[in-house]
Amino acid sequence: MGLFIAKRLLRLVATVFAVTLLTFLMTSLLPGDPAVAVLGAEGVQNEELLLQVREDLGLDEPLPVRYVSWLGDALTGDLGESYINSGQSVSDTIGDRFPVTAQLAIMAILIAIVLALPLGVLGAYHQSKWPDTASSAVVQVALSVPNFITGIFLIWLFAVQLEWLPASNWNRMSNGLGANLKTAILPATALATTQMAIFSRLVRSDMIATLQENFILAAKAKGLSNKFVLLRHALRPSSLSLMTIVGINFGALLGGTVVIETLFAIPGLGFRLINAISQRDIMVIQGITVFVAVVYVLINTLVDLFYVAIDPRIRRS
Amino acid sequence: MAVSDPDLLVVDNLKTHFQVPAGIVKAVDGVSFSLPRGKTLGVVGESGSGKTVLARSIMRLNVASNALVSGSVRYDGQELLTKTPREMQSLWGVEMAMVFQDPMTSLNPVVKVGRQLTEHVRHHLGVSKDEAKQSAIQMLRSVRIPEPEARFDTYPHEMSGGMRQRVCIAIALACGPKMLFADEPTTALDVTVQHQILNLLAAQQRERYMTMIMVTHDLGVVAGRTDEIAVMYAGRIVEKAPTAHLFSQMKHPYTEALLRAIPKLERPKHTRLDAIVGRPPDLINPPKGCKFSPRCPYAQARCHEEEPTLMAAEAAGHSYACWYPVGSEANEKALSDNLAARLPQALAAVGEIEATEEVPGAVVAAGENN
Repeated sequence: MGLFIAKRLLRLVATVFAVTLLTFLMTSLLPGDPAVAVLGAEGVQNEELLLQVREDLGLDEPLPVRYVSWLGDALTGDLGESYINSGQSVSDTIGDRFPVTAQLAIMAILIAIVLALPLGVLGAYHQSKWPDTASSAVVQVALSVPNFITGIFLIWLFAVQLEWLPASNWNRMSNGLGANLKTAILPATALATTQMAIFSRLVRSDMIATLQENFILAAKAKGLSNKFVLLRHALRPSSLSLMTIVGINFGALLGGTVVIETLFAIPGLGFRLINAISQRDIMVIQGITVFVAVVYVLINTLVDLFYVAIDPRIRRS
Repeated sequence: MAVSDPDLLVVDNLKTHFQVPAGIVKAVDGVSFSLPRGKTLGVVGESGSGKTVLARSIMRLNVASNALVSGSVRYDGQELLTKTPREMQSLWGVEMAMVFQDPMTSLNPVVKVGRQLTEHVRHHLGVSKDEAKQSAIQMLRSVRIPEPEARFDTYPHEMSGGMRQRVCIAIALACGPKMLFADEPTTALDVTVQHQILNLLAAQQRERYMTMIMVTHDLGVVAGRTDEIAVMYAGRIVEKAPTAHLFSQMKHPYTEALLRAIPKLERPKHTRLDAIVGRPPDLINPPKGCKFSPRCPYAQARCHEEEPTLMAAEAAGHSYACWYPVGSEANEKALSDNLAARLPQALAAVGEIEATEEVPGAVVAAGENN
């Protein structure tokens, strides 16, 4: 078990290193001159000023040197400063924005799992009968409607028609959990619908396969109730692929909440990233991308460790 | 009747037919027998003869939604076929239990052995977690698992196949059932382990005065371990007799053929095994007349036309379904006629030619198969 964790951690370090290198290279290869972006239209004329800015930003150094110094700073937690909003630390921006996006993603995944499990289990248990058909219909709709349409619909229903919840804006948790949840529930639900659809399909198909297993028949032959057999014998072996997808999709959500953050005017990481891209604010782009990638890798390592908790057979290999 | 009735199980004209797109599969087609308390019945037949479906139909376990089950199964005076699924659930585990064929797949890989041993005990008998654990450890000890306390906390993959089957037996016996079904309990195991498991089953059966049905394709498994043997062919019992009697006085040609197919030590080395000509019949369109007739070395015109029903032999408890029973004069004449006609089934039976899966067309035509 210790060896297993050590191996995974080693792999984690290697992956994170590769991620920083790739991100740095790619952002450096972005077309356009950051100095031009910093100075704006007037500054472009002034060749001297441009050179000055490039030197200030360290852009005159060769790429490997820039990478090493950036990586060295990054290891101490300093991801540099924004080129555009001078003096603004990228690490602070992330510290400020990430909790918002993370909360959205976590809530979306939780809502999706809570809805997907019963849908998937019911579908598998009543395979090809009406509960399965009904849940498949729900899943199909949820899968085919894009997030922002769901978001607009939710705003129309709960904010405009029923006036239960605000249509946009964000209350930080420091303003009280209730106020925070009121602003978070609609965007999180909008994000959750697609995930719910994917998760419930997975649970359904894995569960159908598990229900064919001999050990399920053996459990039935012991006179256990159907519910007990489903939940205590079939569910756990049916949730391995769900675990994988939850990990992957959670990572994807951290970078993929942009549209919903924009729609609901939420000050999250994605919102800031889009902003930085349009301003060619390379330090911010780099910082956020690397940060999201590292979190992504961390989550997948956690998922690997979770496997072990779910399926004892993996401990041996 | 309930108390004085010596028979724990009375099966009467049980039929399990499956509706499939190609027609109706008559997996079990009119099986009747009764089984006294504390006795053991061996159900023997080739794969596809309906023996597993028979066991599951009696227990009403996992009978698919496309199955039509008719007839009667009386267990301890109660009719089982009219019970609701929920009523059956309250019998499973406590009254009747099953040991399955493959111990590698019939234990849940992600659930500790301990919970698998105790969950149904707690469910049915309502005992505390601690009591259930104590009785489970006792149970593991009685199926001869070494270090039962340590085994209680392990996962199935940490045990060998034989150990796992012992655990499965312990699980089946945990609630003290009156009736035990063992469906090919040793088929997936090594020969040396097979022997131990069979002895264990027999010992537990005697000790607990259980009634047992042992389903197997291997006559060697039931020899000497069951009170009675029922030989199944194409969904029906074709011969039934007390075990010792069946081996010495078999009447049905199929039983005879099964016995011949067992390898024997006293034969010279490299002797070809006597396989049975042809394949088990198609259960959707079974042959007309006796279903074994296309493969039978003794089959006569009547066999291809008229299906024999079980008739009593001279010995008590022995019955068979054959027009030309083994050991009779009619049987000898039938064989010599068939040999004279050079029918391949007959030639294979006396070892003149090698048995093949294909039955030549001419012979099948005599039975108007399909």
